Amino acid sequence: MRRVALSVNGTRHELDVEPRDLLVYVLRERLGLTGTTVGCDTSSCGSCTVLVNGESVKSCTMLGVQADGLELTTIEGLARNGELHPVQQAFHEHHALQCGYCTPGMVLAAVSLIEAGEATDEDAIREGLEGNLCRCTGYHNIVQAVSAAAGVS
Amino acid sequence: MIPAAFDYEVAESAEHAIALLGEREDAKLLAGGHSLLPAMKLRLARPSALIDIGRVSELSYIREDGDHIAIGALTRHREVRDNALLRAQCPIVSHTAGLIGDPQVRHRGTIGGSLAHGDPASDLPAVILALEAELVVRGSGGERTVPASEFFTGVFQTAVGPAELLTEIRVPKLGSTGWSYVKMSRRAQDWATVAVAAVVERSNGSLGKAAIGLTNMGGTPLRATAAEEAIAGGSSIEDAVKLIPQGTDPPSDHAASSDFRLHLSTVLGRRALEEAAAR
Repeated sequence: MRRVALSVNGTRHELDVEPRDLLVYVLRERLGLTGTTVGCDTSSCGSCTVLVNGESVKSCTMLGVQADGLELTTIEGLARNGELHPVQQAFHEHHALQCGYCTPGMVLAAVSLIEAGEATDEDAIREGLEGNLCRCTGYHNIVQAVSAAAGVS
Repeated sequence: MIPAAFDYEVAESAEHAIALLGEREDAKLLAGGHSLLPAMKLRLARPSALIDIGRVSELSYIREDGDHIAIGALTRHREVRDNALLRAQCPIVSHTAGLIGDPQVRHRGTIGGSLAHGDPASDLPAVILALEAELVVRGSGGERTVPASEFFTGVFQTAVGPAELLTEIRVPKLGSTGWSYVKMSRRAQDWATVAVAAVVERSNGSLGKAAIGLTNMGGTPLRATAAEEAIAGGSSIEDAVKLIPQGTDPPSDHAASSDFRLHLSTVLGRRALEEAAAR
């Protein structure tokens, strides 16, 4: 076991983890943050995407010990004072989800893309979300929502 | 899927990582982990220990060094893609780094990790070969420089020894040299079915010399030597690309048959050479 200190959604947690514990399971099973879903578990589908120091990362392909000392944001940490994050609000308004399983990862990937200034037009948004799969194939409304949140038409 | 249990050490410096490697049998270096961890989750790799070099900031840099650009092995694909110096001086490397995986993968994966993994379907190895880049490898006895042509020794095998660390990749400044990397994959974020890197020198409007690197056309990244010689001898691009399959041994898998890859290499080769000649 190894002692790690994680800052998750602004709260510091110290906990002992096994080196082989994947970050997604540390978040879900140790911290109870089950908004981060496990889809493919092979770093393909992106449903487990979280922000690590502000950048999107697939948490099934990162060890909990690698996150020691880093700032993590999960879907639970996006809303502020009961107000949805603008990307969450846009997903709501554009009905950008069907079953909802990919949504947490899709939202966080979009937040990372927008904050990096890369959501410049629809093509860039589609390309920028290539790491996230929606098995309902509801991409059209997802792209609409991200476009609206990014302020591009 | 959970990896088999392993010991975990955090390296504080490159020297520390090399010392830790020397103390352990069957230890692996962990950088971004985006090749190694998937293999460990599938139990295709079962190292007894991981030595985490992810915090060794001295290995993350991109700087000018004479007629080369030196790239620290721990530089992440995202930084390689966006770095202004590299985009100006050796844009084929930045361009190719931007085609690896997807944004999440590029946020974590590193140039050194990708090269040291030695996957013949990875993008950067063929580019490094075509550029005739140099790779700096450090062990307890000091540093040595390995030409790209001697770096990839087999499927998932490289010239980096068990107690050595790849520290730096040195790519030439391209100046007016033309370049292209053309990749075909069937699905978003997929590995290349085939890809072709071309680095060309032009004289009086025609191709003088071309270096052609091939992705996923054999057990290692390859140079298309016969096609390169044809171009040096004055052949047209159209004639030269017919020779690209010579000396290759592409795999058959879910993405494509070996025969289709042989054909694809000539099509992508032509596109790459034409683009490089015009750029």
